[in-house]
Amino acid sequence: MSTIAATPPPETRERRYLLDREGVLGPLMLLPAVVYIIALVGFPLGLAIAYSLSDVTIGDQGLDWVGFRNFVDVAKNGTFQKALRNTFLFTLASQVLVLTLANILALVLSSDFKGKRLVRFLILLPWTTPIALGAIGWLWLLDSVYSPIDWVLRQVNLLGPGTIFGPRGNMYWTAKADLAQLSVLLIHTWRTLPLATVILLAGLTAIPQDVKDAANVDGAGFWRQLIYIRIPLLLPIMAVATLFGMVFTFTDMTVVYVLTRGGPIDNTQVLASWAYFKGIEGGNLAQGAAIAMFLFPVLVGVAVLMLRMARRTETT
Amino acid sequence: MAGTGTALVGVKRAGARGIIYALATFFALFAALPFAWMIITVFKQNTDLYTRTNNPFLFNEPPTLGNIDLLVTQTKYLTFVGNTLLVAAAVVLITVVATVPAAYSLTRLAGRWGESLGIGIFLVYLVPPTLLFIPLSRIVADVGLNNSRWSMVLVYPTFTIPFCTWLLMGFFKSIPWDIEEQAMIDGYSRLGAIWRTVIPISVPGILTVVVFAFALTLHEFVYALAFVSSSAGKTISVGVTTELIRGDVFFWQALMAAAVIVAIPIALLYNLFLDRFIAGFTLGAVKG
Repeated sequence: MSTIAATPPPETRERRYLLDREGVLGPLMLLPAVVYIIALVGFPLGLAIAYSLSDVTIGDQGLDWVGFRNFVDVAKNGTFQKALRNTFLFTLASQVLVLTLANILALVLSSDFKGKRLVRFLILLPWTTPIALGAIGWLWLLDSVYSPIDWVLRQVNLLGPGTIFGPRGNMYWTAKADLAQLSVLLIHTWRTLPLATVILLAGLTAIPQDVKDAANVDGAGFWRQLIYIRIPLLLPIMAVATLFGMVFTFTDMTVVYVLTRGGPIDNTQVLASWAYFKGIEGGNLAQGAAIAMFLFPVLVGVAVLMLRMARRTETT
Repeated sequence: MAGTGTALVGVKRAGARGIIYALATFFALFAALPFAWMIITVFKQNTDLYTRTNNPFLFNEPPTLGNIDLLVTQTKYLTFVGNTLLVAAAVVLITVVATVPAAYSLTRLAGRWGESLGIGIFLVYLVPPTLLFIPLSRIVADVGLNNSRWSMVLVYPTFTIPFCTWLLMGFFKSIPWDIEEQAMIDGYSRLGAIWRTVIPISVPGILTVVVFAFALTLHEFVYALAFVSSSAGKTISVGVTTELIRGDVFFWQALMAAAVIVAIPIALLYNLFLDRFIAGFTLGAVKG
């Protein structure tokens, strides 16, 4: 071919264009991203571990080794048990809810109906809105005096003197331990449901048409198709959706920070928010880091599962 | 098919349609109720809003724009907006400069390692701010950026780069190799070929990166809360939650306006780029 004759011989070309060598250019192009991640994720992660094993505070920035003392102190603290329990409760309960609701919602959105685009837009809102701002909306929706939910409950005679939620005229959503927990749980469900739904929806539309056709020809009804085709085919993608939802709920401190600041009496405190209150507001960097470290094992577990999922999709 | 058969199917269809509409309404309400309440609140007068017996979903007194005026003129909201836009623009720039070459390198030059390394980088996205904000606040202070907007510019790419590299990898994979090979045969160097062929075709992909780096910056809360405590440097998320909420008086209408003004445009952006976004989150488990 004439074009080959036009290129210079390989050796001179390589010398002249060092950047044309893939072994040089490849790593070079990757360098900025990798340097960023090592310097500002890898290094701080190491520092977080070092902090958790030291006595550093905002006042005294020296790192003196104290072994596992922070972890022992933290674990003995009464708030720790509450925070640990709440973290798992909020994560597991909200993701069970999300998985159930997302399956239904994805089915609804995969069928054709009028106003589908609007419905999709509205359903995505909780996910696309910055969580701090969404939480403020909820704070006002659950206000102790002017909550419109309370107003509706009063109108239908469920709230007020002589009713099941009475006798007082308000629910005090964020002031009572169980209601505050329920509220946080619902907000996490509200926020992660859209993500799980769109992921599942992508999975649903990817089911090959011939599989659906074959099932229809064989006379399989809705439930049969659900149990024998959709759910088995969707399992990997459901796992992906759940893992993301778990990470985002498990590590979140914003909902609790905005809605309850961990209260009443630490009853909605989670590990992430407690780490913030101890570490930044309380100035005890070492204990804050130790509290946050309790998130680490679960995150590593999730990462391993995700790697496995990704491998599987690569090989098939 | 017999007449009764089709009638039965028709009834079943109508039933199914009814269920679909009922479910769609229920979920739309669940998702949008807080926003509806927020939007109604924005336009309410004080006496209307703070009368407990009033129907909260109706305007018992004429709607007003005074609350938005209050937000813009009496609070530091515009400062927060300005800070957010500045931080977002800088973060977007850094993200694009770092991710375009990285994603190209991983899809084209790294061979078998590319995919695994790409997944590794994506997993960095899952390292949460709540694990890193304590050591990072120290690092930020050590480099002299404490209380400065630039602290966020420095740190935010730690989550935009992993996420956007992954998004772009998916995009580059869909571009046929022949294009840059042809350019190289025509005498361009590899870099010249990338600049002249790959970059122009990848404009939609790069635009996706711009949008999501921007959106992730607006979403971030924890770092901004931990690094910046003076109101002059705060972003919208933190400024609104700390400065407009913690006063003795809650200006709920202005507060809701502050939130809604941000929420709606981002939602529209997300909807435009949703497909790319989902492709990133499905880890390649869905092949379209």
